Amino acid sequence: MSAIQVVPIEWYLLLCTVLFTIGVLGVLFRRNAIIIFMSIEIMLNAVNLLLVAFSSYLSDSKGQVFVFFIMAVAAAEVAVGLAILMMVYRNTKSSDIDMLNKLKW
Amino acid sequence: MYPIVLLGLITTFVLNIFDWDTNKLYFKMVQFDNYAVAFTAVIIVIAFLWFIMAEGFFKEESNQTDYFALVLFSLVGAVIMVSYSNMAMLFLGIEILSIPMYILAGSNKTDISSNEAAFKYLIMGAFATGFLLFGIALIYGATGSFDLSGIAAAVTNGRAISSIFYVGVLLMLVGMAFKVSAAPFHFWAPDVYQGAPTVITAFMATIVKTAAFAAFLRLFSATFMSVSGTWMHVVWIMAALTLLVGNITAVMQSSTKRMLAYSSVAHAGYMLLALLAGNSYSNNAILFYAAAYSVGSIATFSIVNMITKSKGTDTVDSFNGLGKSNPLLAVVMTIALLSLAGIPPTAGFFAKYYIFTSAFVAGNVALVLIAIIASLIGVYYYFRIIIAMFFKHSSDETIAVESNHKLLLIVIAIAIIALGLMPDCIISLL
Repeated sequence: MSAIQVVPIEWYLLLCTVLFTIGVLGVLFRRNAIIIFMSIEIMLNAVNLLLVAFSSYLSDSKGQVFVFFIMAVAAAEVAVGLAILMMVYRNTKSSDIDMLNKLKW
Repeated sequence: MYPIVLLGLITTFVLNIFDWDTNKLYFKMVQFDNYAVAFTAVIIVIAFLWFIMAEGFFKEESNQTDYFALVLFSLVGAVIMVSYSNMAMLFLGIEILSIPMYILAGSNKTDISSNEAAFKYLIMGAFATGFLLFGIALIYGATGSFDLSGIAAAVTNGRAISSIFYVGVLLMLVGMAFKVSAAPFHFWAPDVYQGAPTVITAFMATIVKTAAFAAFLRLFSATFMSVSGTWMHVVWIMAALTLLVGNITAVMQSSTKRMLAYSSVAHAGYMLLALLAGNSYSNNAILFYAAAYSVGSIATFSIVNMITKSKGTDTVDSFNGLGKSNPLLAVVMTIALLSLAGIPPTAGFFAKYYIFTSAFVAGNVALVLIAIIASLIGVYYYFRIIIAMFFKHSSDETIAVESNHKLLLIVIAIAIIALGLMPDCIISLL
């Protein structure tokens, strides 16, 4: 029994769901673009933690390999995201997403 | 650079056709069955038409090669999305498709609405990916597999399946609904489509949508079909909402680009109908619908792009008198809009007909009725543009159209009519 299995799987599931929900609420309710990016990172890392926990409990390495993919893609996504944010900042001098209100019906 | 890309696309198309009936499985990750070959062929043809339409976009940019590379990366993502047989490839395909699109949506760097489109697209795309991944993680926890056939086997072999599996399926449904912009997860689409440069909007409305739907269908019609009780009702409500919200909101738009964005949301609703039916007709119906809708959309966006460039605005009024000043543009626009509205003998009519047949056979009569009402509403806003073109007058001058664009529009018009007269050539493929 590995160290990760000292805690029952249900607790990992609960922790990851709570972290994921914090991320979702952060994206929906925070107004600062940087904090929104961080909330998305919390969502993705909640998934990573869950995959590692399942992987350990199933004694199966596929889940941990998947985590590497998620990490690499998340890094690429944030790099593009920060570049877009820089572009927005140059035009609006703000990182508040309420400045972005040109497109409405 | 430009001719090399076009040649490359033609080569890819031919090589792709040779994979027909081979059903190759690459490392248990990508399965090139006939479904994948057919959708890849549609995507490459649309991409070819798109490149001809978007020539001006590449010429304007100082660093063309970046844009070519980004578009081609996106296409690779689209091909992976139609051929994956493992959740890892689904995730990578979606991201390879999406990340270049975030950049392209913001390629008009000094325009604040293009910035806003890029930012919203990125946030909503990453948000949706989060749901998709959480779903994948839960399904992995319940079945111990990322492989589609492995998951399907784990579900059907009678062993009691953990309840987190069903939560996983629903979370993946939410993630995919974001990607195909189905209501109530469509709110990002009109903003992004309107803010992005028009050629990029055309790419998003055609290739991205086709690939996302192919991925959606591949996942839910095969792997999750045995647990259809979990997601059927949700998709039913989603389809009805998408049809009504998309079409009704489109009526209220004055900007044609935004109207086409809502119409693209509505078209996702029709395709959801076939997804929901989940019978032998649905794959063909969605393939034909995606092809007919994409070809029509390339033409409409191309013409909207020309109008916006020459008149500086894309309101319905800017189409006034186009029938007099530019008969070719007006006629092709009319054919494309009739196809989108689903009027015979265009391709769009048969596309809708097959979708309705598959839904009807599956017994979703109420949903077919909603879809018919929705398409009647659709006819209203498409005809607004046609009426503006032929029955309203303006003193605007003729718009100069490059000869390759003329050729493109004529080819598209012929293709729409040909697909309408001979739908069998695509409909019996799968």
